[in-house]
Amino acid sequence: MELNSRIPEGPLTEKWTNYKASQKLVNPANKRKLDIIVIGTGLAGASAAASFGEMGFNVKVFCIQDSPRRAHSIAAQGGINAAKNYPNDGDSVWRLFHDTVKGGDYRAREANVYRLAEVSNNIIDQCVAQGVPFAREYGGLLANRSFGGAQVSRTFYAKGQTGQQLLLGAYGAMSKEIERGTVKMYARREMLDVVIVDGRARGVIVRNLVTGELERHAAHAVVIASGGYGRVFFLSTNAMSSNGSAAWHAYKRGAMMANPCFTQIHPTCIPVHGDYQSKLTLMSESLRNDGRIWVPKDEKKAALLREGKMKATDIPEEEKDYYLERRYPAFGNLVPRDVASRAGKERCDAGYGVNNTGRAVYLDFKEAIQRLGRKAVEEKYGNLFEMYERIVDENPYVTPMMIYPAVHYTMGGLWVDYELQTTVKGLFAAGEANFSDHGANRLGASALMQGLSDGYFVLPYTMQNYLADQIGVPRFSTDLPEFEQAEKEVRERIEKILNVNGTETVDSIHKRLGHIMWEYVGMSRTKEGLEKAIEEIKKLRAEFWRNVKVPRREGMNNELEKALRVADFLEMGELMARDALMRNESCGGHFRAEYQTPDGEAMRDDTNYSFVAAYEFKGDDNEPVLHKEELKFENVEVKQRNYK
Amino acid sequence: MKLTLKVWRQKDNKSKGKFVEYHLDNVPKEASFLEMLDILNEQLVMKGEDPVTFDHDCREGICGTCGLYINGHPHGKFKNTTTCQLHMRKFADGATITVEPWRSAAFPIIKDLMVDRSSLDKLIQSGGYVSVRTGGVPDANTIPVNKHCADLSMDAAACIGCGACVATCKNGSAMLFVSAKVSQLALLPQGQVEARDRVQKMVARMDELGFGNCSNTFACEAECPKGISVTNIARMNRQFLAAKIAEPLKK
Amino acid sequence: MKNRKGLSSITKKLIMAITGGCLVFFLLFHGSMNVVSIISESGYNWICEFLGANWYAVVGTIGLAAMVVIHFVYAFILSFQNYRARGNQRYAVTERQDGVSWASKNMLVIGVIVIIGLGLHLYAFWAKMQLAELQGVAPSDGLSPVDGVGRIKMVFGNTYFSIMYLLWLAFLWFHLSHGIASVMQSIGWNNHVWKRRIEWLGKFFAIVIVAMFASVVLYYWLIFPNLNV
Repeated sequence: MELNSRIPEGPLTEKWTNYKASQKLVNPANKRKLDIIVIGTGLAGASAAASFGEMGFNVKVFCIQDSPRRAHSIAAQGGINAAKNYPNDGDSVWRLFHDTVKGGDYRAREANVYRLAEVSNNIIDQCVAQGVPFAREYGGLLANRSFGGAQVSRTFYAKGQTGQQLLLGAYGAMSKEIERGTVKMYARREMLDVVIVDGRARGVIVRNLVTGELERHAAHAVVIASGGYGRVFFLSTNAMSSNGSAAWHAYKRGAMMANPCFTQIHPTCIPVHGDYQSKLTLMSESLRNDGRIWVPKDEKKAALLREGKMKATDIPEEEKDYYLERRYPAFGNLVPRDVASRAGKERCDAGYGVNNTGRAVYLDFKEAIQRLGRKAVEEKYGNLFEMYERIVDENPYVTPMMIYPAVHYTMGGLWVDYELQTTVKGLFAAGEANFSDHGANRLGASALMQGLSDGYFVLPYTMQNYLADQIGVPRFSTDLPEFEQAEKEVRERIEKILNVNGTETVDSIHKRLGHIMWEYVGMSRTKEGLEKAIEEIKKLRAEFWRNVKVPRREGMNNELEKALRVADFLEMGELMARDALMRNESCGGHFRAEYQTPDGEAMRDDTNYSFVAAYEFKGDDNEPVLHKEELKFENVEVKQRNYK
Repeated sequence: MKLTLKVWRQKDNKSKGKFVEYHLDNVPKEASFLEMLDILNEQLVMKGEDPVTFDHDCREGICGTCGLYINGHPHGKFKNTTTCQLHMRKFADGATITVEPWRSAAFPIIKDLMVDRSSLDKLIQSGGYVSVRTGGVPDANTIPVNKHCADLSMDAAACIGCGACVATCKNGSAMLFVSAKVSQLALLPQGQVEARDRVQKMVARMDELGFGNCSNTFACEAECPKGISVTNIARMNRQFLAAKIAEPLKK
Repeated sequence: MKNRKGLSSITKKLIMAITGGCLVFFLLFHGSMNVVSIISESGYNWICEFLGANWYAVVGTIGLAAMVVIHFVYAFILSFQNYRARGNQRYAVTERQDGVSWASKNMLVIGVIVIIGLGLHLYAFWAKMQLAELQGVAPSDGLSPVDGVGRIKMVFGNTYFSIMYLLWLAFLWFHLSHGIASVMQSIGWNNHVWKRRIEWLGKFFAIVIVAMFASVVLYYWLIFPNLNV
């Protein structure tokens, strides 16, 4: 299979305009005859569903939670980028595009990223019109802040709850369409397979999580907007129900999975404190604007801190090692996420880590409190400090916070072309579920931008282009043999799990998978480690199918839900390790210890690895086939990132 | 920590439920309330018993999925805290904790501690949005918005839709939830355009769905994990009255 | 969806608020009238005569009665609907929420007690004053229908009656302490600046009203009999 990214002709700045001008359209009378399925109601899914509904298509939306408003986009704190240049500080579409390509370590497609930057401004307009209460200045105009080390202030925000507000905006827009009858909502449903009829995606098999029944749904096109697969690591900042199964089964039905090893590890999370822990909590990156990160210079003191024989406040100023400021004088504590995370792990591995686990570093606001006053710090970060205190039971105004990196976002995902269509016709992927815009590393405040861009401003166009020649295709019956077969396969999968009846719980196996992933496929990877990971995952997978314990229950069965997801994670983890092993370079979130400069910086290999790695599924017993989409950089100069 | 849990168990909506007592040893005090339930469930699964079903998702207090009635309070008795943010260190060693589902006619029980809150979605569907379509909107800075109004709007918009207000209200009223949305949009010029229709539609839907009537006890505000203010309800009352007089909806 | 016909929930609240608010005004008026009886007996009797069974007083009374009835009937309608909205299953454990007054959660019960007290009051005063005048028959105890002070002395001279009265007023206080602020909230006159102030103003007016009534009871029960006049 050849990968065709279908990037429109013409200069970069005109590609999207040209595309829109020449694409095919569907007339209003025909739209009513066409059905679209959307999986997921996060920013990408909800905005796409709302937009499709407004255009007149029949939309069926599925979400795993009890309400579409609960999708995990809601947890994004920091903000959303746009190239509005309201602060008059030199921002532009071009600069946002350039920063995003650079931030992604030159592993994203130029044309997609440019389009993203282009529509970023429309997103802000749209959200304001929806009544999203963005922060404002006294003059009544929108406020901006700088975020994630950007040199311009281009981030729009709504307190520390930007994701929530944007999601509720999209949820409102979708609710409006539900009321109008164009969108039909199916909550508490989990997609377990996609149905392909004559080479095109024509429906899905979902499990009703309340009744346990399998349902078939048909449509002319399917959009997967089910988010990322970060929970393959077990502990992550993702929500408990976030999973990669929808995308994974699309992969198994012929859609390619791209750059699966690109995962983002966020530097400022609250550290792990025990085995029972179910998830990690992110603290907004904005904390790094004023907080200073350090560990003790003296290894012995670090040991005392770990044993609880000393307190952070006992360490005198001259004995603190502000390692980010030391290593990266130009950016200091504001280096990109991947750099900050790795530097923290490096210190902890070297024996300077704190907390009883030795897996934490300090984020200190002492200097900021002295400089700005406690009140100003409280105003800026009050809610975050409160959250920290609630979880850790320490007052961050007095004792420095402890932070540690945690899995946060997956840049990889289903391979899509310029139209966000996967290698399966009629199967689209949007938001975190696709791989398209962030390359090897995502910049802060860009995820919200991408999700909404895909849903509000890209899919509504490209979907029409796809459906234009489908107007003659009548609605599908779900009695087709393809549906029957797909449902049968899902049923068998469920039966197989229920029949194991072993002795280990799903969570316990999931945690073990998480350990393998974090140890060998986490922040710093090596050839040996990855090879070991592949072996270990295989063993664990075999053990899962031999020994997992899932109770058989009528109706609702949470253990079964988890088991189905973990079964997929056990396959996905292996593909991630394979991809990481294949990529003999360090770039963005992917760091191979063998490929670093003498002073520990990532070494990219643009000659050999400037491509998107897309994997084609070849059956459970065969290795996947790697396809390469060469990345051509015609508009930006490819440079080594340097934050010194 | 040692704990005695009295957990409401109910097979499904039609079955009769009852409290079942569980004893837990060695619960780490750093664990969150939901992690404590995870530990319980892990043990139940190993014993071949049915694990306790409860709703949860983000576990960082923003998605609004979790919601347990703990010792007589929704999300437990601590202020501005969701169930997932409640930690076991807040309980005494050896404590007995009673865990119940949200109880309200508008929230039928699905199983154990899980209830159906889709009525809150139906409320939003009745008008909790600005009816603009994608595209064709003016530049974001075309209409300046008074900062105080924007801030108040944000405070109202912070609602996570968990339903604690309904659960704790002796009347099973959804006034705080509805008024938060009505207020958020009424405070912004973008939302004012259809404010009169919105408030009437949402109130009508609220009544249809079988929520109770507000009697201003303000228990909702006291228990709201996001501190949504009852002054939003006053604003909605005001808006409703003005709308009914000036522009009543045609039935 | 349970289709609920008729007035919307907020309209019903508004009816409660408006009738309640009018009754508060009436109480203020009635209370300040009563206080006159302590200051000047003749002044008070002049008021009794001025009102008596004159047409405006009768119209006022009918209006008042209508308010009470509407307030009462809607209280039951709302409480019934609210009871149903709670669902079939109650919480096994409930605990008072911080900052939520006992009165606000028990308005119906308190209201019923107030109504019972009102019956007592009507029997002791109104039936023997305005009603008697309307019927044109003199009360059997020989006091003139417009001799307000005389009646007060007689009624509050009875210790049991006075204690019952004070008890009744205590319940009235509870009802008003929530009711007045609640009226403001229901008609929409509340905001984040005035919220606390309104709560305190509500309590303050409740105290003023109850104090006016109670002072008359206390005066004629405890002080007046011991005065050497």
